[in-house]
Amino acid sequence: MSIMELNGGSVVAMVGKDCVAIASDLRLGNQALSVATNFQKIFPVTDRIYLGLPGLATDVTTLRERFRFRVNMYTIKEEREIEPETFAHLVSSTLYEHRFGPYYIEPVMAGLSKTPSGGVKPFIAATDLIGCLNFAKDFVVAGTASTKLYGVAEGLWEPDLEPEDLFETISQTLLNAVDRDAFSGWGCIVHVITKDKVITRTLKGRMD
Amino acid sequence: MNSFAERFSTTSATAQMRIAQAAAADEEEFDGAMWGSDAGFGSLAKGVPSFSVPAVADPTSFLRLHTDDHADPNCRIKIKHGTTTLAFRFQGGVIVAVDSRATAGSYIASGTVKKVIEINPYLLGTMAGGAADCQYWETYLGMHCRLHELRNRERISVSAASKYLSNLVYGYKGMGLSMGTMICGWDKTGPAVFYVDSDGTRLKGDLFSVGSGSTHAYGVLDQGYRWDLTDEEAQELGRRSIYAAGHRDAYSGNTCNLYHVKEDGWKFIGNYDISQMHYDGPGDVPGAPGGGYGYDIRVEGRNSSNPPAVAAAA
Repeated sequence: MSIMELNGGSVVAMVGKDCVAIASDLRLGNQALSVATNFQKIFPVTDRIYLGLPGLATDVTTLRERFRFRVNMYTIKEEREIEPETFAHLVSSTLYEHRFGPYYIEPVMAGLSKTPSGGVKPFIAATDLIGCLNFAKDFVVAGTASTKLYGVAEGLWEPDLEPEDLFETISQTLLNAVDRDAFSGWGCIVHVITKDKVITRTLKGRMD
Repeated sequence: MNSFAERFSTTSATAQMRIAQAAAADEEEFDGAMWGSDAGFGSLAKGVPSFSVPAVADPTSFLRLHTDDHADPNCRIKIKHGTTTLAFRFQGGVIVAVDSRATAGSYIASGTVKKVIEINPYLLGTMAGGAADCQYWETYLGMHCRLHELRNRERISVSAASKYLSNLVYGYKGMGLSMGTMICGWDKTGPAVFYVDSDGTRLKGDLFSVGSGSTHAYGVLDQGYRWDLTDEEAQELGRRSIYAAGHRDAYSGNTCNLYHVKEDGWKFIGNYDISQMHYDGPGDVPGAPGGGYGYDIRVEGRNSSNPPAVAAAA
């Protein structure tokens, strides 16, 4: 019995043209038994950063609160909102603090960072459960369906997608990947982060 | 395991296999392959099925060490597991319903597996455990049922057929065969269901469910089961039970295959997508209540978190 597969769940994030998308399934299971169909794994950190926490459900809750605390402390001390790159390093060091007794979570983050010219730059990153950062330029995946997500994303993703096309790409990627994974599925949620708004949609997926 | 006795005994299953192998080796010039393919059933002519066993002192414990077992998930040989199958007897015959998902670990290897094996027009077998084991031995059983008909000029009883299978797999006990099956049919005595597994268990009964989703299926099955169910009610109960298992069990799902055995043999009723049953129901079929089986869909506008329009307005 793998602790990373105890509760199931998967997250994927993708880069588009001046936008990013992050999506997850909604299953909470106890090994083979599916318990809930509305378990959120993606949380807003700021208006422009979203964090996905696939892995052990108890650590999803714990880490969510821990990151909320640390981001609040950062905001108070620095008197400004945290940037995605900085937040990625905060995630990494928080996880490495538990190098010899880790949280069973592989975080995925997506956000828009500010450029000096006043524009925005898409940012995605993922880490392993002890905080090794992976800054990807295309897409990142994590969770029980990660191997399947790599396959579908590799086939569907292309550079410079507009928000609506990116939504379609990430939705199809997730929906088709979780249909090949026994521990993910039972509905999905997608967030597309653009310069001036965040589009959130829940998807109707297979319920088996 | 007394490997010394196993090795020199002349009566044990492995010893018989050793003898058959030696005999087959002697008759090399009349090898079955010379007459073309015998589809793996050529051993029938030699009496004892002669499968090659690992060339070690104690094949049973060797296989136990390397074949998939509940105790050791890290072993080398992986066999596809995870299933929901059910069969029950009632006034109108036998209902057989199964899911169609095959998993290897967390990977869904297939969503279109046929888990009902059509042994002959009056006999059905279900598949749980090792797919190859069930498929091979139940087809093999079909051959022997036909031979029985030719020899005795009457159809084999479900009881005799299931006993043939259980005796057969018992001969390979401990060598890693993995099957949990229900042999269903109609004979002189009426509708019959027998549970047979690779441990050698053989049980006669009215209602069985086998596989990782069996507990979920039993929940629905037990509360809806009666002897005097109508044909339509019984078919709906089978469908609804497989839906319940497919919905809750990660290792079951995709589609449901439904069969009905009556006096004149079995009939395939239909294939139903489990997600479609969740959202829209099984479609326009007799016995279905209309609408989806899913809780949220079923209670739409009727529970406190989602009240009826009138209550919400008040």
